[in-house]
Amino acid sequence: MVEPGPDGRFGDFGGRFVPEALVPACLELEEAFRTAWADPAFRGELDALLRDYAGRPSPLTEAVNLSERLGVRVLLKRDELNHTGSHKINNVLGQALLSRRMGKRRLVAETGAGQHGVATATAAALFSFDCVIYMGAVDVERQALNVFRMNLLGAEVRPVATGSRTLKDAVNEAMRDWVSSVETTHFCLGSVMGPHPYPWMVRELQRVIGREAAEQCRRMLDGGLPDVVVACVGGGSNAAGIFAGFVDAPVRLVGVQPEGGAAIGRGVPGVVHGSASMLLQDEHGQVLEASSISAGLDYPGVGPEHAHLGAEGRAEYPSVTDAEVLEAFALLARTEGIIPALEPAHALAWVVREAGRSIPKGATVVVNLCGRGDKDVAQVATLLAEHAPPS
Amino acid sequence: MTAAGTAIGAVAEARTVPGALGVALRARRAEGAKLLVPYVTGGLSDDWTDVVAAVVAGGADAVEVGIPFSDPVMDGPTIQEASVRALDRGTTPASVLAELARVDAGVPLVAMTYYNLAFRMGDLRFARSLAAAGVAGAILPDLPLEESLAWEAQAAEAGVETVLLAAPVTPPDRLATIARRSRGFVYGVSRMGITGERASLAASAAVMARRLKAVTDTPVLIGFGISTPAQAVEVCAEADGVVVASALLRELLDGGGPQAAAEFVGRMRAALDAG
Repeated sequence: MVEPGPDGRFGDFGGRFVPEALVPACLELEEAFRTAWADPAFRGELDALLRDYAGRPSPLTEAVNLSERLGVRVLLKRDELNHTGSHKINNVLGQALLSRRMGKRRLVAETGAGQHGVATATAAALFSFDCVIYMGAVDVERQALNVFRMNLLGAEVRPVATGSRTLKDAVNEAMRDWVSSVETTHFCLGSVMGPHPYPWMVRELQRVIGREAAEQCRRMLDGGLPDVVVACVGGGSNAAGIFAGFVDAPVRLVGVQPEGGAAIGRGVPGVVHGSASMLLQDEHGQVLEASSISAGLDYPGVGPEHAHLGAEGRAEYPSVTDAEVLEAFALLARTEGIIPALEPAHALAWVVREAGRSIPKGATVVVNLCGRGDKDVAQVATLLAEHAPPS
Repeated sequence: MTAAGTAIGAVAEARTVPGALGVALRARRAEGAKLLVPYVTGGLSDDWTDVVAAVVAGGADAVEVGIPFSDPVMDGPTIQEASVRALDRGTTPASVLAELARVDAGVPLVAMTYYNLAFRMGDLRFARSLAAAGVAGAILPDLPLEESLAWEAQAAEAGVETVLLAAPVTPPDRLATIARRSRGFVYGVSRMGITGERASLAASAAVMARRLKAVTDTPVLIGFGISTPAQAVEVCAEADGVVVASALLRELLDGGGPQAAAEFVGRMRAALDAG
């Protein structure tokens, strides 16, 4: 996973499909990131924040009971142990440093499940930035706890009542804010999507997951490699981060999508939110609403580099059902004492389904456990009651 | 190619004169007129094509017809509301163009939409379907210079003029390139932001017009937030004309029909003609 060309393309995907008003800001951001990323002082400051503030490195945990149960060796990359409870903090700390470097002291961001919003609000508090988070009205309701957390952190949460009132519409509204405020505001985009340089920049900021996991695997597997690396994919930032550590090695890469939001598989090429990628849309080109129990994966598109890796056959992008996800969620809690977020429960669900099938018995699988489930327990309590077999 | 496709191609050649938009706007400018281009969301109501005819009767020099898109990121609440209303009525790009093809507007028509609708159909096929419906120009605000070359070539092939947008933050070298490549007219965005009515005109509107006028002979129209006749007159001290969208749509969304639209545009026309 290398740097895209100057046009921001990963094969046929990517690009910079933004209004003229945003082009100078995208060019400025690309230049600022390129310079900062090559600057040892910037990297040192980010590394220190990731270590001392976010709590990196995250452990790679041998899931002994689950492994015994499934007949495959499961290693969990514990990014849910990061400060704020997910991998989102890796990206946000980098972008906050960059924003300060560019002299922009206001952050706007979109959020679905609220994890990225909480991470952005956290960084804004740390850096004394103003912060506005756009969140679909549906998500504001189903993730009330995260809304409260963002408010506690000093951010303003603006519910978005247009369209499907979920992540897609939150992105629209954040972009509208950015067009109006670009000279003083940085758009702290939370995934490997959007116009160039975001898909590349966010992947680089999440690469730390893959770098750590590869090193941890070398130690745990006597210098060897895992057979499979699995992560959930909405926009796909946690998957991009962990894939980056293994893409050049003979390792099977799997990005698991929700069945109701499987842009790769059910979508066709399209252009929305600044880049060309695979997209759920109707025959006229109107963007369709995704549907998933996971607010963080409730998105009709996918990061352009994933579309490219899928088209090239380097990574595969299956999907799992909501029922499979709930089962995996409960299974990890019972077997390992770890309550995952519904998002990485998608990755687990695929492993549970494929263990002994497309994952041979005895194979080693790394699962990116990119978020914790605290935010989801109230929703899951309701859902499990609905899915429970009649007694 | 299907029979329908062949027919569309034939109609395109018969009905489209290259440069129809630019030729018409330059001719009006040469007469000393300030250019007035109202925006109407295609498929907004049963009588939306009557609204198109009405704004022409009211004094429009060209009409911008919005083809509604699910995710209009450059648009404020008014045009978003109009887009949703049109889409909820079952409006599609094909239905807008089919209905538009039956309108004899008497002035050039310019389609405004987002690139995914063209991309989905294929650039050339989409451009040809515009031409077949009698549309002379196209505005795709999410296609900046770097991404629009391929589209511009396909549109030109179909006889459709691509209007490019310039923004207040556009640096001088980009501004010159935009002005050079833009066909029909060049669209100056009055301020940093999305579409929508405004109580007062941004100071950046006049600056935008002056900067564009300094680098091009192509008609310079200013849009975004031009809500009142007085604002239109103010902008036209520097610009060749204005695009008026949200303020007109607000009238239509609030229950105004063709008559109200004609009167709204008529007031703008009278103010511009009085200077």
